Parts: sequence; structure tokens; C-alpha cells
Amino acid sequence: MTSFRIEGGTLIDRNDVRSFTFNGTKLSGFAGDTVASALLANGKQVVGRSFKYHRPRGILSAGAAEPNALLTIGRDGRRDPNTRATIAELFDGLEARSQNCWPNVDFDVGAVNGLLGPFLGAGFYYKTFMWPAAFWEKVYEPIIRKAAGLGRAGYDPDPAYYEKCWAHCDVLVIGAGPSGLAAALTAGRSGARVIIADEGGQLGGGILAEGGMIGDKPADATLADIVGELHALPNVEIKTRTTIFGAYDDQVFGAVERVQKHLPESAINPDRAMERLWRIVAKHTILATGAEERPIVFGGNDRPGVMMAGAMRTYLNAFGVAPGKRVALFANNNQAYQTAIDLEARGIEVAAIIDPRTCPNTRYQGKARHIAGAMVRDTDGRKGIKSITVRHDDGRDEVINVDALAVSGGYSPIVHLACHRGAKPVWSDQHAGFMPPETSDGMTPAGAVAGNVGIASCFDAGAKAAVAALDALGFSAQPANLLGSDKSDDIRQDIVALWSVPSSMGKAFVDYQNDVTAGDINLAMREGYDHVELAKRYTTNGMATDQGKTSNVNAIGILAENKGVSPGEIGTTTFRPFYTPVSFGALVGASKGFEFQPVRKSPLHGWAVRNGAKFVETGLWYRSSWFPKDGETFWRDSVDREVLNVRSNVGICDVSTLGKIEIFGADAAEFLNRVYCNAFLKLPVGKARYGIMLREDGLVYDDGTTSCLAENHYFMTTTTALAAGVLTHLEFCAQVLWPDLDVRMASATDQWAQMAIAGPKTRDVLSQIIDDDISNEAFPFLAAREVSMFGGRLKGRLFRISFSGELAFEIAVPAGYGESVADAIMAAGKEHGIAPYGTEALGVMRIEKGHVTHAEINGTVTPADLGMGRMVSVKKDDFIGQVMNLREGLVDPSRPALVGIKPKSPSDKFATGSHILNVGDEVSLENDQGYVTSMCHSPNLGHAIGLALVKGGPERYGEEVVIWNGLAGSAVAGIICNPAFVDPENEKLHA
Amino acid sequence: MSSLVKCPHCGLRPREEFAIRGEVATPRPKAGADESAWFDHVYLRDNPRGEHREYWHHAGGCRRWLVLSRNTVTHDISDVVDASTLKVGGDA
Repeated sequence: MTSFRIEGGTLIDRNDVRSFTFNGTKLSGFAGDTVASALLANGKQVVGRSFKYHRPRGILSAGAAEPNALLTIGRDGRRDPNTRATIAELFDGLEARSQNCWPNVDFDVGAVNGLLGPFLGAGFYYKTFMWPAAFWEKVYEPIIRKAAGLGRAGYDPDPAYYEKCWAHCDVLVIGAGPSGLAAALTAGRSGARVIIADEGGQLGGGILAEGGMIGDKPADATLADIVGELHALPNVEIKTRTTIFGAYDDQVFGAVERVQKHLPESAINPDRAMERLWRIVAKHTILATGAEERPIVFGGNDRPGVMMAGAMRTYLNAFGVAPGKRVALFANNNQAYQTAIDLEARGIEVAAIIDPRTCPNTRYQGKARHIAGAMVRDTDGRKGIKSITVRHDDGRDEVINVDALAVSGGYSPIVHLACHRGAKPVWSDQHAGFMPPETSDGMTPAGAVAGNVGIASCFDAGAKAAVAALDALGFSAQPANLLGSDKSDDIRQDIVALWSVPSSMGKAFVDYQNDVTAGDINLAMREGYDHVELAKRYTTNGMATDQGKTSNVNAIGILAENKGVSPGEIGTTTFRPFYTPVSFGALVGASKGFEFQPVRKSPLHGWAVRNGAKFVETGLWYRSSWFPKDGETFWRDSVDREVLNVRSNVGICDVSTLGKIEIFGADAAEFLNRVYCNAFLKLPVGKARYGIMLREDGLVYDDGTTSCLAENHYFMTTTTALAAGVLTHLEFCAQVLWPDLDVRMASATDQWAQMAIAGPKTRDVLSQIIDDDISNEAFPFLAAREVSMFGGRLKGRLFRISFSGELAFEIAVPAGYGESVADAIMAAGKEHGIAPYGTEALGVMRIEKGHVTHAEINGTVTPADLGMGRMVSVKKDDFIGQVMNLREGLVDPSRPALVGIKPKSPSDKFATGSHILNVGDEVSLENDQGYVTSMCHSPNLGHAIGLALVKGGPERYGEEVVIWNGLAGSAVAGIICNPAFVDPENEKLHA
Repeated sequence: MSSLVKCPHCGLRPREEFAIRGEVATPRPKAGADESAWFDHVYLRDNPRGEHREYWHHAGGCRRWLVLSRNTVTHDISDVVDASTLKVGGDA
């Protein structure tokens, strides 16, 4: 294939060739490759451009921390920007593109930004673009947005399906490297329910990068044995491609499983989730997340070809990819030497090992020249590294020609999940890293995250951590021995921290993704931003999509070194979810499109559809708002007709969405008496009563009718909007305030289909349906009782109540009978001109009648404000809102009160929300007299009418005012009037 | 905020099933109590660092009102009981 692909590679299958494109160029790799390993195998060193300076960047790592190799993968709706090439698995037909470069990644115009370096240093946003202010929006921001930024989101909808799930286990093992595998196997053998999750496509973690032997067996054979046994254990759930992204209270973890992200379009099952968002509840957690290798901050450390030593080893052993032909290693610890050993074992020349330690005690016996007490201060090469400049301990510089440089500055334990709940990591000089905090809430770190070095030590730590956890959970467990007979020695790191190379030439990068240099951090300190949280924000170090996985500890080290304190004294910034970016698709889950929220349909929905209803969404409900007939082109044509038809003939309206609550108990009457402000104690059986509920602060909460259907049995209706709120309120009153009352309640909203039949011909229609006598004498206004229907075939609940102001009944039948009953009423009413009416007509008629809704009950009004002050009982001992309703401010006679309002000239219109001013007054808050709460066109009166809350209220009937609308810039003359525009004497109601 | 709540009736349930009303304030005064007692009851709430007793409603479960003792710093829940058994809501 290419000279970069050599023999070996435990993860790849050379018989399964996969083709893909990179920036339009057709390339190929093997099954098991990541996009990164395939690009490296094809000799693609430059894969992107940097954020600020547009410098060419290559692949730095082999895992989740990758700051450079962010690609846009896929197209159209399946387009994922900012995908790390190092974790994206290669599939046939994959399309990958570089980001943040124009016109292309090899020649990028933005690279001239490099020349503007002096203006783009720390805090440049605050300094450079301050003046003139008007330039910000028009000039600076568009330029910055175009030049900076990473991948762009697509515009096409994502066709994939996502879902959310819960999982429960005794032991959650996070990370499937050697320590995680040993822990999972130990726990699995004990019979505990185990979940082991790893972000990679394969179990193994660090073992996958091992080329040699583990114990007395080859590494891949050892791994295969462990994985085989785990798969065979029915109590162990293995979740690969699953990132545990957050640790939350009560041992609940958030995880995202990339179920089908690694598959080509042709293999995607549309009925399976693309990704799953998991919430995992664990009794105990083994944190086996490993450690992140740190770069060293030196001049030119971002040149393509510079790579983490461990990553280079992974590409070599797991993917059979050589980094180059002549490699150097720059490292301050012993573990990194293994990379040099493995390179030489594959016949790759290691030109030099540069170690800043003066006399490192390593067991390296290879051929490479060993330069102790030295540092790399610069690199050279246009698009890839050609040479490094080494500063020797005697101050002499030496240029060494190499085509790749492995770097290791130490290991930062991946402590994120141990810190998400607020605990701070603890600095360790021995490990030159921040170690997980001591936690007591069921999480045990094990392996590299806890400072263990080497496979043997990690196996041991994982098994022991699991035994201790299982003991506490009551399982008897033996530590799994995965090494066989051989016991390897622990590797001594002997690390000496090196935060930055003092003699660096040119830019020495700390944060690759945000282009933050050591110079930027020093500048932030000089300017006073030396606190770790301030330095982070001033320089933007650690604020990119990688959240500083490779940069934060180096930045802290530089701050500490410059202040002459320990990194422990500087401390870390706060660790928060998410550990790595999570797609919006996974977070949204199934809640999009039709499944955005539940749809609540009235039991009469089908009837309304058959009658041509136009629906309106009110909360989750779909309510029929009007029923256009042939020839009606404008909504008001239909609404006006529906209103006039009710007033002169008869109409039928679906009111099933009103809240319905069944209330039972020996103290039910006393309970109602306490939750309504008006009297309910003596409501007789067979009667309905309008009631007003107050909040405890004395303002109106909700209104509705409650009927006494039998002794100790009541049926309450609420407004549609507050159906849930009122039930919750009643439950609070019953359970918390008055637990001694004998009262029980349940929502029955969905159990009943309820329809209003209104108009002067209502009885002519209903008498054909209802067997009982419904004459005014037998069934007077506010009567409410069960009735027989259809010759005894059905029982319903009949209420003589009216929102429209007409002679009206509401009939409730069990939900399943709703449509049939509505059809029967329509058939019976045909000869009387019955027509369905919707919520719009209902709204017009209630305004014509001066009835209030939540447009008026808006959280600022008392019953007196609504003209119902006399309903508030003065005899009751106690009811909700009684005391506060009498507060000075709520009984002030100058409070705005409900009135009707109409235009002086019938042709004038006005809008809800308009303010009322006295004639001749200037428009000012001081002169404000109130505002219009509702308005409509009254087809009965032939002009606009409205309800308003106006100072002085009913005392001002007949007075001329100005209806002022600041939004529309209009002011019309209006007349304050009685809000009962139609039938103020209630003659129709009682007919 | 706690992720799981041990409802005395339903067992360990996700917090999304619950609605939080707020602090268990002073009990509801008697109707004849002076105005300041009513102001305290309706408006005055503490915002403590540490132990906090709150009304939680198991709205997506048994629909019982619970009194939950929660530490606002550690988020640990030390106690959950059915509010009706405490009789802390009113002295009426």
C-alpha cells in the first residue's frame, strides 16, 4: 500500500480493504483502522489547520484527547463536524473533510494570520476589537467568525433515529484496559451484575498497543481469553463504543453509545438507534479510565510528525503503521522508552532519545543515541517535520534530521468522572500529575488513573479494587489472576516534570486546539490573570472541544513554575460533564418531529375531524378551533356563522379538555369549602356551583364548576390550562395542610367525553337523546345529575351550565361513547340547524357575555377585580387565600377592575394588550388607566368588543377613553361599558 | 440535585418523576393569626447551605406529597417521608 504501512497490527484485517475519501481524494485502509490510522498509513501528515494561526496540523494522539485531527465526516443529514479522526472507525465509503482551511488544507490563505501573531495573543478579543464600538458587529465579528471556528453544522435533518435508556448494575467498570478488564472479570465471576463500558470499538485499551508478551502468552492471546470469558458470562454486559460522559448524584452515570456510527450507509438499520443515551445506575464503580499522555511544550511542537509516544506505539503495534523512517523520542519518563524499543524491533531507526533528566535510570539497551540533560527547542520542516534542534546541557545546539518525533511529558490520570460531583483532584509529585480525589461514594480508581504503571500492575490493581467493592456489596470474590505464572516487575517512572522548554524557539503550543502558547500564559500572568480560572478564560486554554485534555496540566505547570509554587497550589479548573462532546441527536433522543411531545386528543377528536375542524394546539391538546363550511375562506367567516347559529339555533362544542376531578369522602364538602373562596358546604345533591379558587396570597388561581353528584361525591371541572395544576394543588391541600380530612380525589379528564350544547333550540335536540325530563322546571339552571340516554342504553352526566350565555347543557359520557353520542346529537339537531362550534366561537361568546378566562385571571386579580367580590365568603372560618385577600393593597378601591370596552365608532378596531388612557392625557406610565385583556369581533353587535381591567372599573361605564396601542402606533376612541354585551339580564340563560 | 429519590411508597425512582414545591416553611397559620404570621407563611423562605427540608410531589408516581430532607451542598437525601404523617403543613 504505502511505505508507512508495515507488517503487524493486532486490530486490522488486511483481507478486508476499505476505501474512503479524504478531501475528495480516494484512499484505502483496512477493517479495524481508525480514520487517523488510515490517513497515517496513506502518508497524510497534514490533516487540518489550527484555529487561530491556521498552521498545518497532524495527528497527535490515538484516542479521545485528540486536539488536532478534527474532521467533518459524512454528508447531508449524516454529517458530523469536529469528529476526532483518532476515534472514528473506518468504514467503506466514508467521506472525511478537513476543517478551518481555505481553499484547502495544503494551501491555506488564513495562514497569514501567523504574521498577525502579535495581535492574536492572550486576551486579544478584549484588546484588539474594543474600538470603535460600531465596528464590532459590522466588521470584527464577521471576520472572526469566518476565520476562526471549527466544523460547521449541517442544515439537513438527521434521518437517524436516537433513543434513551436506563441500565442498572452492581458494578460499573469504566474503561476496558487492563485494570478495567481485570475488575470486570473478577466481578463477573462473583455473580454480580456488571456493566463494562469503553469508548473504543474493541475491549483492551492499553493492551491493544502491546506488541509483545503479557505474562507467558502473547498480548493478543491474553486479551482474547479475557474477552471470551467476559462474553460468556450472562451477568456481564459489555458496552463498546460507549463513552461514560458524566458522573451524577446517587451513582447515576450518563453514557452515549455509538450504536451504528461506525457503519457505512448501506449497513445502517433504520429501525435501530444511531446512538443511545444511557443513564446507568451503579452500586459501585471501578474507575479504570487510564491516563492521558501529556505533550511537552517546546518550540514548533505542533509540526505534523510530532506525536505522543504512546500514540506512536499504538499506531505501530495495533495498526501496523510506521510514523516515519527516522524517528526521535523526547521524553522525561521511563515508560515512553517502550516506544523506542518497539520502533527498533520493527526495524525503524530511532535517531536519538532526548531526555531532560540528567542521568535517567532506564533499562533501555537499544541502538539509539541517548542524549541526557537535553531538550528539543525547535523543529523545522514546511508541512512535516524534517529536523529538530536539540539544546544540550552545555548550551550547545545540535540539529538532528528526523521525519517523526515521539513526545512524552508524563501522564495525566483521567480523573474527570471522579471530579464531576465537585471533588478536586490531588497533586502528586511522585506521579507528576493530578490524582483522583479520595471519594467515599462508591467509586474506586484503579490502574493508570490511580498511578499504576504497566499491564501487570494494572491487572492486579483492577482485580483488587473489584474484590474490595464486591465485599462491600456482599459478593464473595477472588481476584482474577490474568498473568499466568510470570510476574512482571513494576516499571519505575522516575518522572521529572518538564512544563516547558525554556530555550524554545518560536511558538511553543500548550493548547493545540485553541492555539494557546506558553507565551500567552506568561502574558496572562504578567497582566494579572494568574489564577487558574482567570488564566483559562483570558487565554482560552482548555476551552476548545477537547476541553484541555492534553493542555490543562501543562498550563497549570507553567503557572506554578512561574509563581514558584507546586501545581497542587495552583489547582485545576472545574471538571464538568461532558467528558467528550455528545451529539445533540443523542441528547434529544426520540423527542423530535411527531415525537417532540405527546399529542393529547380529545375523545371527540375523530368527530371533529369528520366535521372538518381546524385544530389549534393548546398545551399538549389539539382543540377544534373552528369548522369551516364550503365557501368560507377566512376563519372569521366560520366563527361569525358559528356564533350566530348558537345564538339563534343550536350548536355543539367539544369541552372534553376541561380538567375533571372526581372527589370523594366524608369531608369532601368541607374540603371544597376550604379550597374555594365561595361557600360549598351546603351544595345540595344534584346541583352545580361556579367556584373561584384563590392562591394563598389572595389572588385568583382558577375557576370552574363543581357538582354534587351524590352524598360525599363531587365532580370538579377546571380550566384546560390548569387541569394538572389544580389537581396538584388539591392534593397538597388534602395531604399536607389538612391530612385529617377524609377526602380522596383522582383526575377523570381523559375518562369522559364532554360536550356543550347551547342555543335556544337545545332542548329540542337533547330531548331526543336524553330520557329524563330536561324542562326548565325539572332541570333548572345549575342542575347536575346522572341521566339516562338512548332509552336506557347509556348513562351520562348532565350539567345545566353555560359559558356562552345561552340556554345550554353540558353532557358527559364515558370517553369511548363520545363520538357516537356527538354523532347522534348532530343527527337529532339537523332539523334544528345544529352546527359544531370551536374554541374561537366559544371565546367570542364568552367575551360577549363578559365571562372571564385566564386572559383575565392573569395572576394579578382578586375576585373583586373581576366583579365577583361578593362571592368571597365572609362567613367561612377558613379558606385558601382568605387572610391575604384582605390585604390593604388588594382591597384598594382604585385597583383596576373588569369592564367592557368598545370603540366609539363601530368601524374602529383595537387589539388585546392595548392600554387605556383618559382623553387628552399624555402617553405615560403615570397616566395609564389599565389594559385590554381580551377582544374579538362580535357578530351579534357588528363591531369589536373587549374586556379590560381599568382603574375605577364599573363606576366608569359610559365614559369615553383612548385605547392606545404603542406597537401599532394607533389610538382609537373607546367607551367603557358593562362587560355583559349580550343578555345582561340572563334571560336566555334561564330560559 | 439528586438523581434518584427513594419514595416511601414507590421505592427508588428517577427525580424526573418528581416536582419540587420548595421549602417546608412555617405551618399554615390559623385564620385568626396576625398578618405577620401569614406573611411569613406565604412569602418567607430560607435558602440554607446544608440541610433543607422540602416538599416534593411524586407527580409521575403515587401522587403523594413527600417531605424530603436534602443537603444543598452534598445533594445527599437523608430522609423522605409522606408529608401527611408529619402534619407539618397546617395547624388548622
